[in-house]
Amino acid sequence: MAFLKSLWKLPLGARVGLFIILLNIAAALLAPVISPYGETDIVADVWLQPSIHHWLGTDQLGRDIFTRMLYGARNTISIALLTTFLSFFIGSVFGFLGATLGGWVDQLLSRIVDIIMAIPMLIFALMVLAIAGTSIPVTIVVIALLDCTRVYRLARAVAMDIVVMEYVEAARLRGEGIWWLIRREILPNSMAPLVAEFGMRFCFVFLFIADLSFLGLGIQPPTADWGGMVRENAGAITFGILTPLWPAAAIAFLTVGVNLVVDWFLDITSGLRDYT
Amino acid sequence: MDYILEMEDIQIEGFSEEKWIPIIKGISLHLEKGEVLGLIGESGAGKSTLGLAAMSYARPGCRIVSGSIVFDGIELFGASEETLREIRGVRISYVAQSAAASFNPAHRLIKQYAETPVTHGLMSFQEAKNQAVDIYRRLLLPDPEGIGYRYPHQVSGGQLQRAMVAMAMACRPDIIVFDEPTTALDVTTQIEVLAAIKRITREFNTAAIYITHDLAVVAQLADRIMVLRYGNLVEEGKTREMLTNPKEEYTRELLSVRVLREERNLSGVKDDVVLQVENVSASYTGKEKVLEDIDLEIRRARTVALVGESGSGKSTLARVITGLLPPLQGKILYEGKELPPALKSRDRESLRRIQMIYQMPDTALNPKQKVRSVIGRPLEFYFGMKGSEREKRIMELLEMIELPPRKYIDRFTTELSGGEKQRICIARALAAKPDLIICDEVTSALDQLVAKGILKLLQGLQNELQVTYLFITHDLATVKVIADEIVVMLHGRIVEKGVKKKVLEPPYHEYTELLLSSVPEMDPDWLENLLKRRDEKDMGYHG
Repeated sequence: MAFLKSLWKLPLGARVGLFIILLNIAAALLAPVISPYGETDIVADVWLQPSIHHWLGTDQLGRDIFTRMLYGARNTISIALLTTFLSFFIGSVFGFLGATLGGWVDQLLSRIVDIIMAIPMLIFALMVLAIAGTSIPVTIVVIALLDCTRVYRLARAVAMDIVVMEYVEAARLRGEGIWWLIRREILPNSMAPLVAEFGMRFCFVFLFIADLSFLGLGIQPPTADWGGMVRENAGAITFGILTPLWPAAAIAFLTVGVNLVVDWFLDITSGLRDYT
Repeated sequence: MDYILEMEDIQIEGFSEEKWIPIIKGISLHLEKGEVLGLIGESGAGKSTLGLAAMSYARPGCRIVSGSIVFDGIELFGASEETLREIRGVRISYVAQSAAASFNPAHRLIKQYAETPVTHGLMSFQEAKNQAVDIYRRLLLPDPEGIGYRYPHQVSGGQLQRAMVAMAMACRPDIIVFDEPTTALDVTTQIEVLAAIKRITREFNTAAIYITHDLAVVAQLADRIMVLRYGNLVEEGKTREMLTNPKEEYTRELLSVRVLREERNLSGVKDDVVLQVENVSASYTGKEKVLEDIDLEIRRARTVALVGESGSGKSTLARVITGLLPPLQGKILYEGKELPPALKSRDRESLRRIQMIYQMPDTALNPKQKVRSVIGRPLEFYFGMKGSEREKRIMELLEMIELPPRKYIDRFTTELSGGEKQRICIARALAAKPDLIICDEVTSALDQLVAKGILKLLQGLQNELQVTYLFITHDLATVKVIADEIVVMLHGRIVEKGVKKKVLEPPYHEYTELLLSSVPEMDPDWLENLLKRRDEKDMGYHG
């Protein structure tokens, strides 16, 4: 109860954002329960208008759009989440290592990251996926590796400020190993900016996967995902049919929601505003 | 009386933890024309807050609740921003503690000097420039014609602080508020700034509010002193009267002369050398030497004080001893055996024996850890203690540092005051059962009374546990209290070393004498006498 109460005290933007995120999570979790049809079942004629049987109409093969939206939430969000986690794990471990060890290790890692970042991400991803195939695990690993360069830079910058603190020096003088320094001294003190960045990067990854799916190199049909649904139904827009706009709206909706929460979180961590 | 400033029953509140908490609880302050008023108190006493209120200004998160601030017949409390803008910087100006942080590093000094008078339309840039040279000369700055064209980083700390005083004088204000202007400076530099402030306020008959925690400093400048504590006025009186005859217990405590440590009877103590520094030179860049030919012996259960001004290389020596900075040449011997120069090649046992306590307890403790893990980690790391054994030892250590164990063990380090934090740092060092503890300026970030408590604790622990201290400090008053032996450093070299008595009594080494004579004394005539003596001797230390 107290928790709900404290939620109510949040600024409006954060409340709206949280609501949107919770709505999406609920949709993703409960997809098999609330969806009226199967994910890949062909249930009616193609591109039907919304009706009592098909709330959002049907797609280019006659599948129920509402059903596919729910399953799409499931696939897109979980893949984006996994990718972001992986990306943060790799990025922050190497970022912290670079900052703590310094010297040639830092130079080597940073230059590798510079090189990767110099190549446009989408083109790089398209190239790698075209070579390595487009299974879901490959997609996750490739995007995570490309995306972790941004995380690396942030983690390294944040850790740079922490490793010069005297409590880290005290731990070094005690003889602590590098892993302990990273886990116990640096990580807890760099959590706030990393979490804020996590929200932001999640949005980017999410959009990136949608981009890839739209280009046909992301999640492969018949698995439902929002980016792919936009592409598959893109043709409908010329006939004045709204079908491709539903998944597009869902993408926009979730992105806005996550960003609202991230903004609020950034405000707190940067100390710009004094929410408690 | 001819008051330039009358503040009546000022109440100021600060916002913290969703509540407005009183910071100043109804203090009245009066300032005559040309009078210097000293505001004394420890941190949190509200002295800066009260000083700023003289301009009817409250820091963000603070608000002036009630009272009246009448400056030269104008009520400032509740006055419009326009009225205040006319007065702030022009008729009342402010000198902050850290000149380095207060100047814009991207502009030359003279441009920053001229900014206020020119913006307020008092004079043209050319006039301001000419006037600046005059003020710089009065403040005894070297090269008054040229110094204004330097950038802030091109002048020394003491000079920068004087340049800041010059800036405050630019509009010939009626009042200047000095907020701890010499706290960040070395003793020898502090004197230049004090002398400059005294001279200029007298020449222009400027009234001043001088805020500091150091009674000896304010005694040199102030006509009258107000002692504050917890937002209340403790005592107010003429400087000489208060120094000779303080009424309140708290003032007496602040005044109490720090007792010299008796020459300890060290006959019962083993006399072996714990640490030996042999012929050490060190450098950060590989070229410029920060330390040169340092030879040093530290005997067991002694306190060796390493004294010097900032930049003398004393902290660098600590880094060399701990292995953070491998020396260019020379060696460190521990109980006769050579220690590997670099930290990572030292074994756990030799790391355990040398522990370190830092200057800033705020940054020396991980803000995300609880007291339990701060003290528990070395126990676990060096002795493999676990569970209830570890818990018991933590409790013992907390007892030793005189903090009630049950109350403190589950607190986060951020929930402690500065003095408590420093005690936890001591406990962390003690947990390793070290032979040698390096104390790097451990009291300089603390209030006078808190610092006294820490020094007392360190001495008690030494008597009990026979630990050895290498005590790095720039504060000779502390040295007098705690040291058995003294090593004086200047520009990376040792200029004098020996037992305390020998170093602190005549015949002095020249530099030691300069350091010693620069420590402010409670005598209000001390500064003038000193300057007179130095002029006569023609030592003329105007660095």
